[in-house]
Amino acid sequence: MPTTTSQTTDRIEKTTVLRAPRARVWRALTDATQFGAWFGVKLNEPFAVGRSATGQLTIRGYEHVSLDIAIERMDPEEYFAYRWHPYAVDPKTDYSAEPTTLVEFRLKSVPDGTELTVIESGFDRIPAHRRDEAYRMNDGGWKGQIENLRRYVSV
Amino acid sequence: MSRSSAVHRSDVRDAAPLFAALGDATRLHLVMRLAAGGPGSITGLSAKSKVSRQAISKHLVVLSDAGLVRSTRRGRERVWDLAPERLSEAHEYLDRISRMWDQAIGRLRAFVETEEE
Repeated sequence: MPTTTSQTTDRIEKTTVLRAPRARVWRALTDATQFGAWFGVKLNEPFAVGRSATGQLTIRGYEHVSLDIAIERMDPEEYFAYRWHPYAVDPKTDYSAEPTTLVEFRLKSVPDGTELTVIESGFDRIPAHRRDEAYRMNDGGWKGQIENLRRYVSV
Repeated sequence: MSRSSAVHRSDVRDAAPLFAALGDATRLHLVMRLAAGGPGSITGLSAKSKVSRQAISKHLVVLSDAGLVRSTRRGRERVWDLAPERLSEAHEYLDRISRMWDQAIGRLRAFVETEEE
């Protein structure tokens, strides 16, 4: 199924249809273990509204990268939102005082399965120098991750 | 960890000020106006605007510093026009971030469209 995109400098929005029931997609997104499996991160805490889940990336070469996912809202099988520091990849930098981006997942049942909309917004507030390095890091990171998941699902 | 990245440091360094320059409603409006109406003088660009001529002038300088617009002197007036090559760079930057999400969704798809253990 194709993914459609709309974007501004502040926001990226993606919509696609997954051939899976809404409950299945919901678990893959909100169960920290399942999220970690496809995302490539080992999380230490479950996802809970108002709490942060922290963890380390499990991707080879990226194990030093910590994630801090602050859960904003969970409306079962409909809406899941968290904030993070989009590319907080330098262990020597304290990102905690910097602005976060908001990542939102919206689910809707459709005849073929589940329509998923992913929105990441707040890029305009990310400092220019950080966007710079963030962008660099993330591009490499996500490329590695797709290989990882391919390995995971083909076992 | 960025060593193996296909993204060149210089690309993003150049792109960052671009987004700062576009992150303002008046400036974005000016860019859109130049895109739709072609080159214009400050007088022309501030004619239907609620923003003062001086403010428009300042905004154009910001856009110019980011390489988004350029001006040429025509008689006594300065005429402003888009520098389209910079706009396509902005596009490229967003497209790359966008591809990152495509990959993430691809991995999620592979995950949920297979049997759950």
